[in-house]
Amino acid sequence: MNLWKKLMQVSRRKSPWIYCLNTGACNGCDIEIAASLTPRYDVEQIGVRREGSPKHADILVVSGPVTLRTRDALLDIYKQMPNPKAVVAIGSCPASGNVFAGSPTIYGSVDQFIPVDVYVAGCPPRPQAIAKGIAEAAVILSEGKQKNLKEEKK
Amino acid sequence: MSTWGSYLFALLLWPGLIIGALLGWLYLWFIRKLTAQFQGRQGPPFYQPFFDFIKLLGKETTIPGGISKLLFYGLPIISLASSLFALAMIPVPGNPMKAFPGDLILFIYLLEMPALCEIIAGFATRSPYGQVGASREAMMTLAYNIPFLAAVVALAIHAGSYSLSALANQPLSWVSLAAAVAFFLSLPARLKSNPFSIPNAEQELVAGAYTEFNGAPLAMFELSHTLELVALISLFSVLFITPIASGWLAFLLFLALSVLVIVLVTIIGNATARIKLNQAFRFYWGWGTAAAVVALVIAVIL
Repeated sequence: MNLWKKLMQVSRRKSPWIYCLNTGACNGCDIEIAASLTPRYDVEQIGVRREGSPKHADILVVSGPVTLRTRDALLDIYKQMPNPKAVVAIGSCPASGNVFAGSPTIYGSVDQFIPVDVYVAGCPPRPQAIAKGIAEAAVILSEGKQKNLKEEKK
Repeated sequence: MSTWGSYLFALLLWPGLIIGALLGWLYLWFIRKLTAQFQGRQGPPFYQPFFDFIKLLGKETTIPGGISKLLFYGLPIISLASSLFALAMIPVPGNPMKAFPGDLILFIYLLEMPALCEIIAGFATRSPYGQVGASREAMMTLAYNIPFLAAVVALAIHAGSYSLSALANQPLSWVSLAAAVAFFLSLPARLKSNPFSIPNAEQELVAGAYTEFNGAPLAMFELSHTLELVALISLFSVLFITPIASGWLAFLLFLALSVLVIVLVTIIGNATARIKLNQAFRFYWGWGTAAAVVALVIAVIL
C-alpha cells in the first residue's frame, strides 16, 4: 500500500495536466503561457499537457483580475475539476488586481473565490517563471499540501 | 501448458495486459517524442504515458448529471476488455493461445467495440462536445471500415479460412501487398491521428466523446486505446512477419516493423492538417474503395 502511495506521489509530480483560464486578463499573460508551451520552452518535458476539458486537468492556470462577468465561470470551472487540484495564478492581476485595482468592473484578487497555491509574479511573467510555477504546483500536489485539502476531505 | 493456462498467459502477460500495455505506452511515448522532434522540441521522457495513467487512476471520479453510474463505469470496462481480448487473439510470436476456426470474425467484432463504446459514451454524457465527437466517430466508422474490412476479407479469401493463424501463416503474395495498402489507408483514421483526427479534434471539440470523463474511467479508456493501438499495429506486422521468419528473428522483425508503421503514421500525422468530415469521406469512399476493390479482385483471381 505504501508503494502505491509513493508511486502516486511520483505520478502526480511527473504528470501535471493544466487548464488555462483567462478571467479578464489583457492577454499578455496568455501569450506568455502559450510561449511556455511552444518549442523554445517546451513544458512537455516535465509532463505538462494542456487539456481542453477542466475535468481532465490537475492544475488550473488563472490569469487576469476577476471581472464581474468572469467570476461565475471561474467558480464553475474550479468546481468541475476533480480532486486533487492546485491553482497557479499567473501575473500580478490575479494576485492584486494590478493596474485594474479599484475599478468598478473587477473584483480583484483571485483568492477571494478560490484558494491559490502558487503565485507567479510579473506583468507579464517570463515563460521560464510560468514553467517553474507549474512545476512547483505539481510538487505541491505530489506532497498533498494543496490549499483546498480541507474542502477535499469533507 | 493447459488450455486455460495458455489463455490466462495470453490475456494477462503476452501479448495481453501487462506487456501489451507496456509496449503500448512505449509506442505512445515514441509517437509523442517523434512529434516533438519534428517540431524542434525535446518532448516528454519515456515514462510519461505510464505516469499519466497512474495519475488518472488516483484522481477523484465525478459523475456528471444525467448519466447512470452503470454506463459511466461500464463503458470503459467493456471497451478495455474487448481491446484486451482482441490483442490476446493476435498470433504474435510467442502467443500461446490456440486458434479456433472463425476467430477472425470475433476479432473484427472485438476491434469495433471500443469505437462503439466511445460513441455511446459521447452521447450518454450529454455534453455538446461529446455528442458532436460521438456523431463524427460514428460517421467515420462508416468510412474507414471499407478498406479495413476489405483487406481482412481479401486475406481470408486467399487463405480460404476465417482463422487468424491461417491468415498469418500464408506465404507472401500480391494479395498481401494489396491488403497491406488498404489496411494502411485505414490506420490513421482508426488511430485518430492527423489528417483524420476528426472525432477528437482538440482545438474544436475539447476532448471529443471523453470530454466529461475523468479519473479512473478516463484512465481505462486511455488504456483501451493503448491496447487497440498495439492490436492494430501488431496485426499489421504479424501478417507479414510470420511467413518469412520464426523464433527470435520473428520477434525482432515484428518489433522493427511495428516501429516502422508507427513512424510512418506519425510522419503522415505531422505533415498534414486535419481535414473536414466530407473530405475524409471522399478519401475513403474513393481511394479506400479503390484499394478495397483491388485487394478483393486480386484475392479472387489468384
